[in-house]
Amino acid sequence: MLSKPEGPDRQFPSQPGSGAGSFVRREIWGPGVCGGPRTPGACVDQTGNMEELDGEPTLTLIPGVNSKKRQMCFDWGPGEMLVCETLFKKKEKEEKMLGCPFIYIVRKDIDVYSRILRKLFNESHGIFVGLQRIEEESTGKSRKAQLVRVSKNYRSVIRACMEEMHQVAIAAQDPVSGRQYSSQVSILSAMELIWNLCEILFIEVAPAGPLLLHLLDWVRLHVCEMDALSADVLGSENPNKHENFWNLATLFVLQGRLDEARQMLSKEADANPASASMCRVLGDLMRTMPILSPGNTQTLTELELKWQHWHEECERHLQDGTFASNPHLESLCKIMLGDDSALLEQKELLSNWYHFLVTRLLYSHPTVKPIELHFYAQSSLDLFLGGDSSPEPLDNILMAAFEFDIHQVIKECSIALSNWWFVAHLTDLLDHCKLLHSHNLYFGSNMREFLLLEYASGLFAHHSLWQLGVDYFDHCPELGRVYLELHIERIPLNTEQKALKILRICERRQMTEQVRSICKILAMKAVCNNRLGSALSWSIRAKDAAFATLVSDRFLKDYCERGSFSDLDLIDNLGAAMMLSDRLTFLGKYREFHRLYGEKRFADAASLLLSLMTSQIAPRSFWMTLLTDALPLLEQKQVIFSAEQTYELMQCLEDLTIGRTESRDLEGQRLQDDDIETTKVEMLRLALARNLARAIVKEGTLEGS
Amino acid sequence: MEEIFAKFVSQKISKTRWRPVPPGSLQPAETFVTGSWDNEENSVSLWCIGDFGNLSSDGGFEGDHQLLCDIKHHGDVMDLQTLSVSQEWVGAHYHIGPGSPSYRSAPCTGIVCNSPEIVTVGEDGRINLFRVDYKEAVRTIDNADSSTLHAVTFLRTPEILTVNSIGQLKIWDFRQQGNEPSQILSLTGDRVPLHCVDRHPNQQHVVATGGQDGMLSIWDVRQGSMPVSLLKAHEAEMWEVHFHPSNPDHLFTCSEDGSLWHWDASTEVPEKSSLFHQGGRNSTLLAHPSSNQLNVNQSLISSWLSTDPAKDRIEITSLLPNRTLSVNSLDVLGSCLLCGTDAEAIYVTRQLFS
Repeated sequence: MLSKPEGPDRQFPSQPGSGAGSFVRREIWGPGVCGGPRTPGACVDQTGNMEELDGEPTLTLIPGVNSKKRQMCFDWGPGEMLVCETLFKKKEKEEKMLGCPFIYIVRKDIDVYSRILRKLFNESHGIFVGLQRIEEESTGKSRKAQLVRVSKNYRSVIRACMEEMHQVAIAAQDPVSGRQYSSQVSILSAMELIWNLCEILFIEVAPAGPLLLHLLDWVRLHVCEMDALSADVLGSENPNKHENFWNLATLFVLQGRLDEARQMLSKEADANPASASMCRVLGDLMRTMPILSPGNTQTLTELELKWQHWHEECERHLQDGTFASNPHLESLCKIMLGDDSALLEQKELLSNWYHFLVTRLLYSHPTVKPIELHFYAQSSLDLFLGGDSSPEPLDNILMAAFEFDIHQVIKECSIALSNWWFVAHLTDLLDHCKLLHSHNLYFGSNMREFLLLEYASGLFAHHSLWQLGVDYFDHCPELGRVYLELHIERIPLNTEQKALKILRICERRQMTEQVRSICKILAMKAVCNNRLGSALSWSIRAKDAAFATLVSDRFLKDYCERGSFSDLDLIDNLGAAMMLSDRLTFLGKYREFHRLYGEKRFADAASLLLSLMTSQIAPRSFWMTLLTDALPLLEQKQVIFSAEQTYELMQCLEDLTIGRTESRDLEGQRLQDDDIETTKVEMLRLALARNLARAIVKEGTLEGS
Repeated sequence: MEEIFAKFVSQKISKTRWRPVPPGSLQPAETFVTGSWDNEENSVSLWCIGDFGNLSSDGGFEGDHQLLCDIKHHGDVMDLQTLSVSQEWVGAHYHIGPGSPSYRSAPCTGIVCNSPEIVTVGEDGRINLFRVDYKEAVRTIDNADSSTLHAVTFLRTPEILTVNSIGQLKIWDFRQQGNEPSQILSLTGDRVPLHCVDRHPNQQHVVATGGQDGMLSIWDVRQGSMPVSLLKAHEAEMWEVHFHPSNPDHLFTCSEDGSLWHWDASTEVPEKSSLFHQGGRNSTLLAHPSSNQLNVNQSLISSWLSTDPAKDRIEITSLLPNRTLSVNSLDVLGSCLLCGTDAEAIYVTRQLFS
């Protein structure tokens, strides 16, 4: 049922260091072989310092590479591995061979890429998040009921997924993909089987009595041939003549569905008057079999007594030869006595050892205690297989569960299953049942966290499922944050909308460093696309002063070239964000100067212009432009700059020209530029002098009057 | 809201839209389109609700929706509008934004149709006007915005309204030449990006927008440059806001925080009624089965613009049972509501007001 996956879907659990996106080249491996995966099972080691290898590593051949002659190199990624051929030349060989021109991506977790399993991941994500919210305080019955409900939800998701996969497998056109889907169905069905058993044994923790009822339900749920057979036989015109009539009756008895079995017996009695009395006797035995019903208040001892009595009655009938004339009825009676050999005769119908186990318990140890289970399980397995075949991985997993060895269950599942989904969610649920607390790994955190991290890393390697991974990392207290930080930075930002979603994830978790880096990437992209407004918005959001300065410089440069500002809708509305960087403040204020000037508020404009220079907000390189901007103000009819302001302007001009002459001495070139510059300075000096004269006169008259 | 059907579809849903029903039809809407995003291969899919005998092979039950067809779509689906040219023809129109100056294609973030005109806006701050029967854009406004334009809607026939990532609403009149908007409205100071906009179906001057901080703003574009009311709503980006097309006292919003809200401003309390009476009335309203009921005493009347707080109240109902990942899009038509999430589920209800 559960087959060992082959090929690239084997899991390569990375070590904690290599887990989250550290691309470190480790080593070059032998010819054309990549393998040697460690399974997480190997890490589950009580002593905590040695690892053992569980099972042989599988070989994966890379197509197109001659493994005899070529060498491969590889590199770990978060969820995948890059493999390519190396250009390693041996000294003596000069011949040139065409190598393999490809770099291969080897994915460890191909289940993530299944369309149908995506539904499993998405739906179970909701359940997982809900489970984490279950109040720690709630204890006892209500908590247990909640956990059982969660477990049932998980199982119903698996079942829904399994059913859809089944439909697809039937509808598949080509046999290859049909087989693939079918094998997925059997894996999903095995997962559900294991999960259900774990639910009964570890979460429900049913005591003796109810335990058997749960196990019966478990077997009934998973032997699904029953329904088809029942419909086939009972739906036929004459059920008694159907070839499978007795098979169905036997199956009913094997599963403890005695009411249905009795109905079949009465059909037989009607059709076959000769055996009518026998059928009635057997039917009575079935009816009187004492069972524990959920509403019943009788004690286990009472039940055991009644059962003993009933058992003896069955035995008496058998010995008296009541059913001797009808082998079918006799075999049914033997089954009801829990006779091992009679049961084993029905091997075909039982189909597997755990069905055999439950039937055996039903008819010979109905009040089995949880602690005794593993004994019966082991003997049932041995009897059923009878030395013909060795147990398969699924058998081992179930056996480990019957032995109540949770860690063994998880370990075996990790080895056998092709994805981390199952172990991660099951372990998390069992951890919420407080069943794993004492177990720590020799690295990282505990097993729950290790498995969740691996699962979530797999999700992050997927182009679309990464959003689910975030919540899993959130619930890994020790390393989750670091994993998230490393993974989230590596998500490609195709559109702003996607970037906004990632930013929201980071901002909610106060991951300021990542917010900064994402905003910076977006700002840089905007600059490359010549979208300065956008770039500025992003750098403001990132509170990235350096980048804001860079963008502001671009704005100012554009202004100098074109003589007008672009993106006024943004610059006019900077508000407090203007304080982010000096250059941005200057940009905002300079634009304000233009607005004031445009509104003919010359006095305000003039003092703002002057303050830009005296407060050293304006970069030196821009002073000449500012002074030139002052020219029309100086030339206005009314006096705008006061005498004192004019002195300050002159000071600024002189500071600037002194600096300039020094640098000109060094360069000694660009004469023509200098000519224009000199004319400008001369004009400014003239205008300043005239303004000063007018201002002194005006101020003098005002004071005098 | 008893019955919400969820279906997991193996792709993150970015947009959902009902196919419009013919006017006067009593049939509930049953066909819708969805667009996906962030997949290796995205698609636009057409779905249908209802029993199809042969189609419901995978155990589809009443109310479940089936895939009718889908087409591959290059790039994320950012916005979708249905456009009916005749009563029978429904197509999803989309447009990958025009190249930015360096001729790399920029994402087109919003689209609005008013047959035969189609307007698109993009991350490049550009507005394009197309006509169904023209191959080239009829009109392009370059550098319409210094930041990203997030959404667009028609205001009156030649006028459109855009929202951008620095918290501004701009009204553009295609009759005017030049690249300047005819009016700019903006949120105060903070420049919170606006992500969605919808216009009141009957009162064309009433506009609702949703922002990055999850706030719902109601604007009256006739007066003032500030919103009439700001309502604290979601905890994260509001991705879409929609007035109910035929019952505009109802408003629907969805958000990155994974919630979908129904705002009901129709519970007008008569002015004469006593407080006692009010309480009684509300308790019956609060007996709604959904969780997360809030009562907001807000300055909104059926017209959403009233400023008399004593008179009206808005009932807010959260429509999704347990929220997880972002609800990216919603659409409402008649009594049918549809939304799509990042958790790859489509939710549909056809008994909105029951």
